Amino acid sequence: MPAIQIYKDIYWVGAIDWNVRSFHGHTYSTKRGTTYNAYLIMDEKIALVDTVYGPFSDEMIERIKEIVDPQKIDYIIANHVETDHSGALPAIKKIAKNAKIICSAKCKDGLSRHYYGNWDYQIVKTGDTLKLGKKTLSFLEAPMIHWPDSMFTYLVEDQILMPNDAFGQHYATSKRFDDEVNQFELMDEAAKYYANILIPLGSLILKKIQEVQKMNIPIKMIAPSHGIIWRKDPAKIINAYIDWASNKTKPKAVVVFETMWGATEKMARKITEGVTDAGIEVKLFDLNQTDRTEIIKEMLDAKGYLIGCSTHDNDMLPNMGGFLTFLKGLKPKNRIAAAFGSYGWAGGAVKGIEEAIKESGVELAQPSISARYVPDENELKNCYEFGKEFAKKIK
Amino acid sequence: MDKYRCTVCSYIYDPKIGDPDNGVKPGTPFENLPADWVCPECGVGKDMFEKVSEV
Repeated sequence: MPAIQIYKDIYWVGAIDWNVRSFHGHTYSTKRGTTYNAYLIMDEKIALVDTVYGPFSDEMIERIKEIVDPQKIDYIIANHVETDHSGALPAIKKIAKNAKIICSAKCKDGLSRHYYGNWDYQIVKTGDTLKLGKKTLSFLEAPMIHWPDSMFTYLVEDQILMPNDAFGQHYATSKRFDDEVNQFELMDEAAKYYANILIPLGSLILKKIQEVQKMNIPIKMIAPSHGIIWRKDPAKIINAYIDWASNKTKPKAVVVFETMWGATEKMARKITEGVTDAGIEVKLFDLNQTDRTEIIKEMLDAKGYLIGCSTHDNDMLPNMGGFLTFLKGLKPKNRIAAAFGSYGWAGGAVKGIEEAIKESGVELAQPSISARYVPDENELKNCYEFGKEFAKKIK
Repeated sequence: MDKYRCTVCSYIYDPKIGDPDNGVKPGTPFENLPADWVCPECGVGKDMFEKVSEV
């Protein structure tokens, strides 16, 4: 696949990682693969905006070569330290020896701690600009969207925003633009990305979007560092981010459980029936059968979480422990939750779940429900009512 | 009372405002915040804050 002109004198020179299935170590499952988007801007001065993950360095360099001798690159804009975007820096710097790296102060610090290269840097701040010739780059620092070093680059004349990870999706496709792909797949991946990475940063994201809106800069195209480019409808993803960052939810519950011998699962099913019969949309997930990344995505637009686990060694099971550690980091706002689970003698899982829910800032909407060993008919009826009761609170 | 800036996300702790969402009353100096208080925006601890020099 060749370099692709995305706009006049601007080329996509990134890479498609069709088969990556685990991202950030094992924190994010990329079922549809991903792309690393790097953009080459041709003008009197030549600029490369971001690079690709290290193993794809040669691919990026080959694509650049189709357009220009990479030695001639004057500037490399590093919007973000993370290695999936900076990994090809050592390779490209070996060729483009005179290229100056343009980045935020924190990005310089981070890159130095990754690559230990004796490189020429130019630190930029919000409002700084870089004239390439006909085209001007303007920079906007975006700390914690999603790392302290993060920065957006805006092409003033072409009205193109290159916000790096913001508005991205882990979505490998042979197409490069929003109007060329399946809309369900696209928004599914955009939501999954937001849910698993950006939920804790919602208030910062809202403020940054407001800051950009106040600057009154027209945005014709958003070219993120993962997935497709928003050219037909950039407002679609901006509005989706505003909704997600405002913690808008719908009347929907997600039931997540981990079970040893099926007793907690019986409770989960009855609770789910109760929620259903109260007229609320609900999804039920066995934590050990479903990808965590997928469950978190389902929790993005849900108001209520019902979390269940059997007791093991006086506490919850280890996979639920890991799941709730993730939830504690996400700190989803404006949600409610309740706990349930079976136990043999002393219990403990439900208490552990409730503590984790509180620590994640989610409101405990009602007392937990437990059953000793295997729930009897009456206890299952109580589970059903427990679900119904919870559903009323999310109406 | 001095303001403090989070060096990670740039959030400013203003003692006049406090952090009411997390139980910190207006008028609480930064020094008196509990040791386990974290940045309400990005979640890092007090040690990541620096004093803002008033202009």
